[in-house]
Amino acid sequence: MAHKTPLYDKHIEHGGKIVDFAGWEMPIHYGSQIEEHHQVRRDAGMFDVSHMTVVDLKGAQVGDFLKLLLANNVDKLGTEGKALYSCMLNAKGGVIDDLIVYYMNDEFFRVVVNAATRDKDMAWIETTAREMGGVTVTERADLAMIAVQGPKAREKAFTALGDGIRVVAEPLKPFTAASVGELFVARTGYTGEDGFEIMLPGKAAAFTWQMLFDAGVAPCGLGARDTLRLEAGMNLYGTDMDETTTPLESGLGWTVAWEPEARNFIGRSALEAQRDAGLERKFVGLVLDGKGVLRGHQQVTFDGLGEGETTSGTFSPTLGRAIALARVPVGVKIGDSCQVDIRGRSVDAHIVKYPFVRKGKSCID
Amino acid sequence: MSNMPDNLRYSKSHEWAKQLPDGSIEIGITDHAQDLMGDMVYVELPEVGAQLSAGKECAVVESVKAASDVYAPISGEVVAVNTELADSPELANQAPYEAGWMFRVKPDNSADIEALLDVAAYREVIAAEA
Repeated sequence: MAHKTPLYDKHIEHGGKIVDFAGWEMPIHYGSQIEEHHQVRRDAGMFDVSHMTVVDLKGAQVGDFLKLLLANNVDKLGTEGKALYSCMLNAKGGVIDDLIVYYMNDEFFRVVVNAATRDKDMAWIETTAREMGGVTVTERADLAMIAVQGPKAREKAFTALGDGIRVVAEPLKPFTAASVGELFVARTGYTGEDGFEIMLPGKAAAFTWQMLFDAGVAPCGLGARDTLRLEAGMNLYGTDMDETTTPLESGLGWTVAWEPEARNFIGRSALEAQRDAGLERKFVGLVLDGKGVLRGHQQVTFDGLGEGETTSGTFSPTLGRAIALARVPVGVKIGDSCQVDIRGRSVDAHIVKYPFVRKGKSCID
Repeated sequence: MSNMPDNLRYSKSHEWAKQLPDGSIEIGITDHAQDLMGDMVYVELPEVGAQLSAGKECAVVESVKAASDVYAPISGEVVAVNTELADSPELANQAPYEAGWMFRVKPDNSADIEALLDVAAYREVIAAEA
């Protein structure tokens, strides 16, 4: 039986084309994925991300628990509402999931993990918490989440949600959040644009969605969410990295907090061994020069340097050409040319520094 | 419900075929197919002069979502391709039976088009998929 979010009826009402996503009935688009993509780059769009898993962690030991559980270090937080992106690793340094963790107070953190990995994430978090003791793990299935994204997203959200929200959320810096009544408003996102991710009680989701819609925020589906995040150079769990790859070979080395050396997070020794032995592969951006569309897991060949593969690819609506993230031999450099095997056709491409697009503007060439 | 003109012939793999006055057959993908695929971003067409075999892949359409093969509904020689699609693949979404046509073939056997599905039979194919 597929799950439905509290916004399911809104998706139907707004003409959403529903697909199965990790056991959830979610809108892939509401007519045109490309128009929704442009709407977010140029104005404001909203996404139902209520399928994502919100977990509240509480207890006297919760800070120490997260310093064990996560490759990034929650000691970087320490003020209410601050957010941190991190990977959660297994003992071999493989990525179990990527997540955002919010500091609420010394004995309360909130994490948001992916929907597709919910079961294994919960099992891992609960097992690890039980071994440590002093931490309670509570999944917040009662919460819905709406991401409002785009250059006009914040202003339109204030118009829709009123001055009570504006007063608290307008001063928020990127990657911080605040509670406003029953709403938890975070200045975060997955599109490369400004905006908020708003967690709220499921029963309040439909009318909040409608107020945002009435303020001119366009409903956008998971399709646009994927092309936006890829242009923004943000990894997608399950295709760009998984349990067989480490953060260091997935473009996520910056999220690993090596200091202090005494912090022995799960996966640390495996990452250190990989780092000390020298990486064989690295993560780059790729732009197609010839015709076609890049997709995940296409073979990439470099003259004299061997082979790699795209991990996710798409047609970039902003750039009007195909782009991909790729895992390639470590000797590959920015600007190098390569050939991608697209369904048996060898097509020229070259390596770029990503993100491809930020705040509506091309970052390449 | 997808648009399906009565005067066309169809294939199970969601191509349409239209007899033109000069005897050539115009081919494209159906409204149902374009709706399933979503926004088109790239169309790869056969070369003019290529010999197509019925049921064999002869073109590729790529949407934001996925790549999909287009199969030749009938055997014959390609006499024209819709070059507009190179710069405007969205025509296959906007007007799948008109401006979004893909290629025209001179059929090896002009009676072959009669063997394709009529609109009622194609409607059953779609109903069976739902």
